Amino acid sequence: MTQGQILQYLISGVTVGSTYGLAGLGFTVIYNTTEIINFAQGEFVMLGGMLAVFAMQWWGLPLPLAVVAAVAIVTAIGVLIDRLTIQPVRHRSPIHLVIITIGISILLRGGAMLLFGKDTFSLPPFTGGSPILFLDAAILPQNLWVVGTAILVLIAMKLFFELTITGKAMLACSYDARAASLMGINVGTMVTLSFAFSAMSGAIAGVILAPITLTSYDVGILLGLKGFAGCILGGLGNPFGAVAGGVLLGVIESLGAGLFSSGYKDAIAFVLLLGLLFVRPSGLFGKKMGERV
Amino acid sequence: MKKYFSRYFLAGVCVLAIFAAANAADTIKIGGIFSATGPASFIGEPEKNTAKMVEEAINAAGGINGAKIEFIIYDDETDATKAVTAFDRLVKMDKVAVIVGPSTTGNTLAVVPKAEEAGIPLVSCAAAKKITSPVKKWVFKTAPSDEPAVRKIYKHAQGSGISKLAIITASDGFGAAGREELLSIAKEMGIEIVADEVFGPKDTDMTAQLTKIKGTAAQAIVCWGTNPGPAVVTRNRVQLGIKTPLYMSHGVASKKFIELAGAESAEGVMLPAGRLIVEDQVAGDHPQKKVLSTYKKNYETNFKQEVSTFGGHVRDAVLLIAEAVKISGSTEPAAIRDGLEKVRKVYGTAGEFNLSAPDHNGLTDEAFVMVKITGGDWRMMK
Repeated sequence: MTQGQILQYLISGVTVGSTYGLAGLGFTVIYNTTEIINFAQGEFVMLGGMLAVFAMQWWGLPLPLAVVAAVAIVTAIGVLIDRLTIQPVRHRSPIHLVIITIGISILLRGGAMLLFGKDTFSLPPFTGGSPILFLDAAILPQNLWVVGTAILVLIAMKLFFELTITGKAMLACSYDARAASLMGINVGTMVTLSFAFSAMSGAIAGVILAPITLTSYDVGILLGLKGFAGCILGGLGNPFGAVAGGVLLGVIESLGAGLFSSGYKDAIAFVLLLGLLFVRPSGLFGKKMGERV
Repeated sequence: MKKYFSRYFLAGVCVLAIFAAANAADTIKIGGIFSATGPASFIGEPEKNTAKMVEEAINAAGGINGAKIEFIIYDDETDATKAVTAFDRLVKMDKVAVIVGPSTTGNTLAVVPKAEEAGIPLVSCAAAKKITSPVKKWVFKTAPSDEPAVRKIYKHAQGSGISKLAIITASDGFGAAGREELLSIAKEMGIEIVADEVFGPKDTDMTAQLTKIKGTAAQAIVCWGTNPGPAVVTRNRVQLGIKTPLYMSHGVASKKFIELAGAESAEGVMLPAGRLIVEDQVAGDHPQKKVLSTYKKNYETNFKQEVSTFGGHVRDAVLLIAEAVKISGSTEPAAIRDGLEKVRKVYGTAGEFNLSAPDHNGLTDEAFVMVKITGGDWRMMK
């Protein structure tokens, strides 16, 4: 086991983990305003990658424009989903809404299959494909894109929630929607906004990931699941925790595959996740929940 | 009155039954179970297309021994339970004489006991050797097995002076079966396996496994799986700066693989493949040439998409069934089964079929040619 190999595992882990983190961010944002776990989150990631591929194929857009178009369309889809399926039944209990999101995820996957076909597609790397060698480990320019974008999105999200009045209003909705609405906050708009945000961060994850890992109509299931796991690992409801949890999950997977056996890659990650949740049920960075009586 | 009625009714049923029997003699009902949707749809869809195309072509040409064929096709959605249901329907309700499919190894193994019990010949289009080895009375298959493919690769590697190999296989049915063959044949041929890595069929990053391989003395890497996993391996290998030669299985022998891996990353990748993908490079006097070029041309004009080896397996299955009907002169299931065992020297898209009682696949490693990806296209190697 050389130093270069360990470093390579870390690089792979952080790259893949960053996209789990971005998917996890989407879960967190929607959970924060509505207490819904949006199981269509993985589908936003899939749509981001697929739409970028097809924007290039169908409309002949250059890569940067295709990426922007894909993210914009997915954000719009997020808003539409909220307006058409969540808002009309918003006053039901979260569990009903969660089941609706499962339905939406199946619908989006089926729609993507009919529209794009069942093949796998690839997107060209943003800035060249030749690796940079660093201490015996290879880093791809696209790896840097993925990690950099994840950090930027996280910072932007953090600033938004802490500094802007809209961000604070969204947080207020999560603590008590009724109280927030009495304070003059339009809860419906905040929920729509959270869907827009989560669709956007999912789509961004999808487009930056597609050049490395390829994309197809059904990649969303696994990415959604891993993003959710990362989110739970970091502590549900905490944007920083979601990204950190995702990255950690990616690193554990990669090290597990490299140091032990690649056949148990997913198993190692999920066993560790379970073990951690026994010790710290609120996740690594989650607040301890207390019920006030 | 009631008595008379039932007597007439019975007579009526008899007349109908005779008509039905007479009708059955003019058409051979062939059942098809293909994974047209679901994860294996890239296999099942061209198979379904081919079945329809072959049905039309044969009927337009006057049928088999004057009998028209009728394909009754069900989609098993890559689900073993649905494959079994489809099998029951084909046998009990549609009363087919022979069944082509299922598309995948898992689904085929699920219906094998059914075929044995019902006494209906099954011509599977799936790859694994264990479908026809050990031999089952009613089960045949047209896809070449993994065993001759592994032999072809190892012979080529030994010819290039390679004795230490690393293998990286998918953890699905195809990959796991390939892994078993790779390990057991290596032992037999004196090849040393210095790394044995596995990846999930839905995994999107194989750099961890490849990093491990990079740290070994492997002189070449053999990857076993179907798209998209092997394409990711091909890309990751270049990204990690690994220069050792890469062999792939016949499971990726379609243009889609080159497109996914990218022509640059795929440059120099070698694999055993059926002659269909290098049809234009097959010599004009090769006995397979005619079936290859006709099938390729028809498929591509009918469906406006590139021909795939998977569809070819259905073409071959129908070819073998037609031959069996001609040999036995009957369209009864048992006669077709007996006829299938007597099929010799039939050239299909996969290779030369020589079926017999102990061999229900009938292909050797002659069915494969080694191809190399050069400039984004397949090149047949000497």
